[in-house]
Amino acid sequence: MLLTVTDLSKSFPGDPGPVRVLDGISLRLAAGETLALTGESGSGKSTLLHVIAGMEAPDAGEVTLGDTAISTLDDKGRARLRRETVSVIFQQFNLIPSLDVAANIAFQARLADRHDADWCATLTDRLGLAEHAAKYPEQLSGGQQQRVAIGRALAGKPPLVLADEPTGNLDEATGDAVIDLMLELVSETGAGLLMVTHSDRLAARLTRRLHLSRGRVA
Amino acid sequence: MRRAALSALWSHWRRHPFQLLTLILGLALATALWSGVQAINAEARASYDAASEAVGGTRPVLIRDGGEIDQATYIALRRAGWQVSPIVEGWLFTEAGRVRLVGIDPLTAPAEIAVATTVLDGEISDFFTPPGQLIASAATAERLRDPGLPPVLVAEGMAPSLAFTDIGIAQRLLGMEGRITRLIVRETQPLTIPPLSAIAPDLTRRDSGGQADLARLTDSFHLNLTAFGLLSFAVGLFIVHGAIALAFEQRRPVFRTLRALGLPARDLTLLLVAELLAFAVVAGALGVALGYLIAAALLPDVAATLRGLYGAPVEGALAFRPVWWAAGFAIAVAGTAAASAGALWKIARLPVLAPARPRAWAMASQATLWLQLAAAGALAALSLATILFGSGLVAGFVMLGALLLAAALLLPAILSAVLAVAARGAKSVLAQWFWADTRQQLPGLSLALMALLLALAANIGVGTMVSSFRLTFTGWLDQRLASELYVTAETNEQADEMVAFLEPLTDAILPIWNVEAQVLGAPAEIFGVADHATYRDHWPLLSASAGVWDAVAAGEAVLVNEQLARRERLTPGDTIALPGGTLTVGGVYSDYGNPLAQVLIGVDALVARFPDVERTGYGLRLPPDRLDAVRTALTRDFGLPPDNMIDQQAIKAFSLQVFDRTFTVTGALNVLTLAVAGFAILTSLLTLAAMRLPQLAPAWALGLTRAQLARLELGRALMLAALTMVLAVPVGLVLAWVLLAVINVEAFGWRLPMHLFPRDWAVLGVLALVAAGLASLWPAVKLSRVPPSQLLKVFSNER
Repeated sequence: MLLTVTDLSKSFPGDPGPVRVLDGISLRLAAGETLALTGESGSGKSTLLHVIAGMEAPDAGEVTLGDTAISTLDDKGRARLRRETVSVIFQQFNLIPSLDVAANIAFQARLADRHDADWCATLTDRLGLAEHAAKYPEQLSGGQQQRVAIGRALAGKPPLVLADEPTGNLDEATGDAVIDLMLELVSETGAGLLMVTHSDRLAARLTRRLHLSRGRVA
Repeated sequence: MRRAALSALWSHWRRHPFQLLTLILGLALATALWSGVQAINAEARASYDAASEAVGGTRPVLIRDGGEIDQATYIALRRAGWQVSPIVEGWLFTEAGRVRLVGIDPLTAPAEIAVATTVLDGEISDFFTPPGQLIASAATAERLRDPGLPPVLVAEGMAPSLAFTDIGIAQRLLGMEGRITRLIVRETQPLTIPPLSAIAPDLTRRDSGGQADLARLTDSFHLNLTAFGLLSFAVGLFIVHGAIALAFEQRRPVFRTLRALGLPARDLTLLLVAELLAFAVVAGALGVALGYLIAAALLPDVAATLRGLYGAPVEGALAFRPVWWAAGFAIAVAGTAAASAGALWKIARLPVLAPARPRAWAMASQATLWLQLAAAGALAALSLATILFGSGLVAGFVMLGALLLAAALLLPAILSAVLAVAARGAKSVLAQWFWADTRQQLPGLSLALMALLLALAANIGVGTMVSSFRLTFTGWLDQRLASELYVTAETNEQADEMVAFLEPLTDAILPIWNVEAQVLGAPAEIFGVADHATYRDHWPLLSASAGVWDAVAAGEAVLVNEQLARRERLTPGDTIALPGGTLTVGGVYSDYGNPLAQVLIGVDALVARFPDVERTGYGLRLPPDRLDAVRTALTRDFGLPPDNMIDQQAIKAFSLQVFDRTFTVTGALNVLTLAVAGFAILTSLLTLAAMRLPQLAPAWALGLTRAQLARLELGRALMLAALTMVLAVPVGLVLAWVLLAVINVEAFGWRLPMHLFPRDWAVLGVLALVAAGLASLWPAVKLSRVPPSQLLKVFSNER
């Protein structure tokens, strides 16, 4: 199994007491499988994604990627996990503003020492960014920037891709086009995809769907 | 992995070259001022060392209080087995200036002195057989091309303004036949030699040569320079700190992304440290090179100061000294480390999910202001405690440093309060927005404004000190130099004839006779003073017992200068041990510009205690219209050279010239520090310009033109600079008080009254406004031309 989440719980400090954001979540994802994570705002979708990516530590439960339990990893180990095993596509793109499109796409693959120039060129081409390769993020539209973020996530061919509302900042038509491309490329690389979305329409395009409500699987 | 991360970090600088330039230039300027001052100090100290080595370094010497040693005494000591080497020393006056001539005996001189003779190209006998030979540096040799002097051999590494020759030749050239200045004592002496008191009871042993005293005397001057260098460095560090903090804030989203993409926090911190180290090395090299230029430009003035004020020999040219190059690099690295420590600490602890938005504005939080206030309070308390309980020069500078830092930290809170009051009083919407927006901008500008405050306060403080000093010094010169003409005869016999000749032509002839002697364990001058109204009416007494002049004339009391009185805590009524017996202290007088202790004794008592005293100097009281006639008569009848007759006006003019030159360096450093502060404002405004757009765009969208916004930005900078100037005045005055009442007393031994110079403040205020105006002009022009599309981006959801 590519990803196994077992009985995961997480709380944040709040007023008057801690707010339980994840409450005993369990899920499994196989390689090549795509899973949509839906739920209302504040249901814990993004937090779950952050815990799976090793960016947030759970209060209880375990996340296992392949044979590796994340709780056994230190900061360095979790950083390595994000470099080599899990790629995250953020809603806010999080591109590096001082690098051009080509450098941004190649960036994570270079960090993981998995840079493949041909594959990066193919990705750039397939994402429709070839003519923008020398441009900087600030010169691109929102849709273009999100395509760069997808390219960056897939350039190192990671086993698992996590996408946090990747079309949240885009209009419907652009969002659809971006999702089409993402699903197509994820499928080609054989990676597993866990995507957070508000949209039932988009969720329906993935192989499975999990609905969260108040930190629990509904 | 690291290469990829490093390329991402560096790409920021490629895209923002100006920010990189400000960072490098800020650090380079800070390093330049610091290392420039250090270069000057190093050069001067090297000169002292060379001069010290030339005359025996730290070896013990035998001297005779109040006079020279008879050659017969030297021969008696040698015969008794004493391993001593004679030195004859004096000033050789040539048309090109004076040179210190040191006569040595090459056969008995210690190795470090005798080594000078290794440049001799012929027989050693040429050195001591008339006409003999002089050995000097190339620069000094130029001043010794006089037909009446022996030929000069040029030697590398010789101290400036110094020439060696054989002792016999030196005695002839200096008119000191049969006399010796001092005897250098060898480290190893035969066990069986008789005690010094048995052979030469009038000689005393001193543990080190005169140049050690010189180093002691000039230490305070160098400490002052070092303090100024440190202040400039601190001002520079404000730029670096600001530039680094802003660069880190701007790259915060990138750091977060790097961490999210899998770069460990440790690696990120290490990469940033490496990046900063590279900057420090580049800026250090640039700074040291700039410092060299500053030092080379200022050194001639410093050399003149040290020669004029302390008689310290310093060559006006700068030599390459690897030690201060290394020190310059070290200070650049240390400065970068100090300026970036806080930012690096934050990065090292940056959580992966930290807010990605730059938080420069979040620094405005009340908590930061309170923290700054607390730190300012602690520093002010430290400063106060140092005033109350500390002593010494270092304590004085600690007090100054704490005081200045406290004032700087207090600035944002005061400005914030003033702006809040202004906002409350604003009538129009635009004015309300202006004040509120200015207040919001404060955190981003406060570092630059602190730098400006420090520069302005230093300017006011040092300016007030120098002007107060000059005013007091001028008045003091008028009191002290009462005689119309000062003459020096060639010999005692000529002096006697001259006095007889001058008797009918003058109102009074006042002897100016003095000896150098040890007083209370330190070198001092003892002057004989005649019983005359000139002294009774004019001498600048600070405190005195009743009938002091009668007691001095009777040889029962002495006057001491302020520096000696402060050092030894002497007040009228105390006693003081002098060569020849103890006397009562009758009074204390001010004696500005003199590094030595000085004692005034009745002239008869001086002659009784020091029968060999040279009696060639006199001050003449005469009507000014008779001045030229007396001068002409002395030249005609006694062949007195012009240099031996100096009128009061010439001495005053010379003294003021020395004074003004002394503070040329201070003035130059003042201007440089202000320039650095102006640069700090420019860099802050330019760096903030991009971050200002989200704040200015709404105002633009609501109907203000870009030109209006630009004018408001310009006005804001001017207003903040003006407020800072107003606050700098009291800080500067406190600084001046500390300099006059604490630092000067510790460094020089005299205290000066403080005067206020509001016109100077007005000029400085205008300069500050010009600096701030120039600094804000470019960002304002940029703002007035910013494309509307860029302002519109602020409102798009792509941000």
